[in-house]
Amino acid sequence: MAKRIEGKNLNIYYGKFLAVSNVNFTIAPNSVTAFIGPSGCGKSTVLRTLNRMHEVIAGASVQGKVLLDGDDIYESGIDPVAVRRTIGMVFQRPNPFPTMSIYDNVAAGLKLQSGRIRKSELDAVVEKSLRSANLWGEVQDRLNKPGAGLSGGQQQRLCIARAIAVAPDVLLMDEPCSALDPISTMAIEDLIRVLKKDYTIVIVTHNMQQAARISERTAFFNLAGVGQPGELVEMDDTQTIFTNPTDKRTEDYISGAFG
Amino acid sequence: MADGDLPTDLASRSTNGVTPARGGNPFASRIGGGGVGLQPAPPAAAAPVQPAALVGSAEPLAAAAPSDAPPVTGAGSPALGTPKGKVRLGDRVLLALTTGAAGFVVVLVVLVAFFLLVKSVPSILDDKVNFLTSTEWSPTPGNLRFGIAPLLYTTVVISILAMILAVPTAIGIALFITHYAPKSIARPVAYAIDLLAAIPSIIYGIWGARVLAPHLVGAQHALYHLGGVPLFKDRNVPTGSLFNGGVVLAIMILPIVTAISRDVFERTPRENIEAAWALGATKWEMVRLAVLPYGRAGVISGAMLGLGRALGETIAVFLILSKVSHFSPSMFSGGETIASKIANSASEFNDPASTGAYIAAGLVLFVLTFVVNAAARTIVNRRKDFT
Repeated sequence: MAKRIEGKNLNIYYGKFLAVSNVNFTIAPNSVTAFIGPSGCGKSTVLRTLNRMHEVIAGASVQGKVLLDGDDIYESGIDPVAVRRTIGMVFQRPNPFPTMSIYDNVAAGLKLQSGRIRKSELDAVVEKSLRSANLWGEVQDRLNKPGAGLSGGQQQRLCIARAIAVAPDVLLMDEPCSALDPISTMAIEDLIRVLKKDYTIVIVTHNMQQAARISERTAFFNLAGVGQPGELVEMDDTQTIFTNPTDKRTEDYISGAFG
Repeated sequence: MADGDLPTDLASRSTNGVTPARGGNPFASRIGGGGVGLQPAPPAAAAPVQPAALVGSAEPLAAAAPSDAPPVTGAGSPALGTPKGKVRLGDRVLLALTTGAAGFVVVLVVLVAFFLLVKSVPSILDDKVNFLTSTEWSPTPGNLRFGIAPLLYTTVVISILAMILAVPTAIGIALFITHYAPKSIARPVAYAIDLLAAIPSIIYGIWGARVLAPHLVGAQHALYHLGGVPLFKDRNVPTGSLFNGGVVLAIMILPIVTAISRDVFERTPRENIEAAWALGATKWEMVRLAVLPYGRAGVISGAMLGLGRALGETIAVFLILSKVSHFSPSMFSGGETIASKIANSASEFNDPASTGAYIAAGLVLFVLTFVVNAAARTIVNRRKDFT
């Protein structure tokens, strides 16, 4: 079930260094939201706080709240492992488990969550996930071949299949197309449009055209200044951001004046 | 786009005269081989070359047609520093050195095998009992009676015991150092393990026999409950048993297995680790999904290096194991390994026939290590697609 995500007064640290300050936003369920902005402005960092992946880095910490349908995922007593099981993530570089077959890659998350699971059930989920990721036709007769043997675009769709196999509430994508060729990028973008029927999707992208093509809402992040933390400059309907942004900095970035 | 940019840049470099010699030389030497002589030549002499180089570099600019493709790469490649067909001196020297080094190793192995065969075959042919199955060992000249079975058995059992104890421990230590311990603890632990490798085996031998052995008696007594299979049956040697030797060998091979495991675990790609985290893996599940599969081949290699050391370890085993008059398959009995037997009998190497018996034992050890290595390689390669 797709859920709503809210960020409230998020301050994100690497050790003592404040990387992103005071971020507030609301993301509606079943929507695609794009995070755009120049390199180093903290958009990936914000994305990684949404499934508590940020704290995996030594010394990294988060202040503030992230509400998933109203429940704070940073509340004490909440297990980050449980959070990550309901909020899936796809990374910049396709990262299927290199020692696993295509089948096992898709089944990996499910095996973690349900312990013993019947083979027929697993087969069904693997097929469904691969179909949803629009990869089934290409791999159905070589499910036991290594996942790392696929092309880059196929690997990324395999990673999407792996992420959605566990039926998460939200799908986070950290520049999922930046390592892919235009054809594969198109395939992923088509997939995102379909997937939003079932998931809330947040995507970080360097590609403004991509944000314009696939997202309903766009958030523009920028550094407050040299040596200053990153901040959320504005967030609005994608249409508005790209045609009539409120903030001058957004307009400059969109029009290519910097970035 | 890039195809066009590069030659333009090269052409302009030659015309600017920034690198006329470099631009002209490879080209010139390709036609006439007089490149070296041209370099110090006065500008007047260099002048005819320069246009040629210019044409050569500029050609790719105009040559967009696919039919011209081969000459394009031909003209472009020398200037780009990737000559095809021209071998530089450094390359040639390195090739010779590396080929020589690799060839030297192969020759050495072949020579060792040859030596072992030549020296041992006459004695094996003269053996009055079956070399492979007999439990006798009395290589008296004129009445050679020697069998490898007990020595081989002891060697293999003691080494396997060492592996069973050392490999899981090593994996545990390596995982602790790389993925669990804070840096302030991981470093000292890693150093301590490395130091273990620096202790000479004679020290391990004395320590194992004098210090550790009495403390192992209790453990050995506890293991007596294992039952009546031959491996555990005879209990006639409280200290100096194969069990005793195996434990010391385990400590001796621990550093090498740990060091190599640590190395591969450390290199687990960050993407794989994050993929596991993002799926909602716990720490142990992350290790199981990302770290262990990635490190598998390395751990096996490390274990095989350790096994190689265990199989061939001589002096420590020699000092620890009690010699027994009758062979017993029990790990709670004493015995001799191939290596310790040879060391023990070095004083008997006065006659070619009896020496041949010991060399035959050495040959078996040699073959055993080969088989072990081949087996390890097969295991590593079997799932090669998946790494």
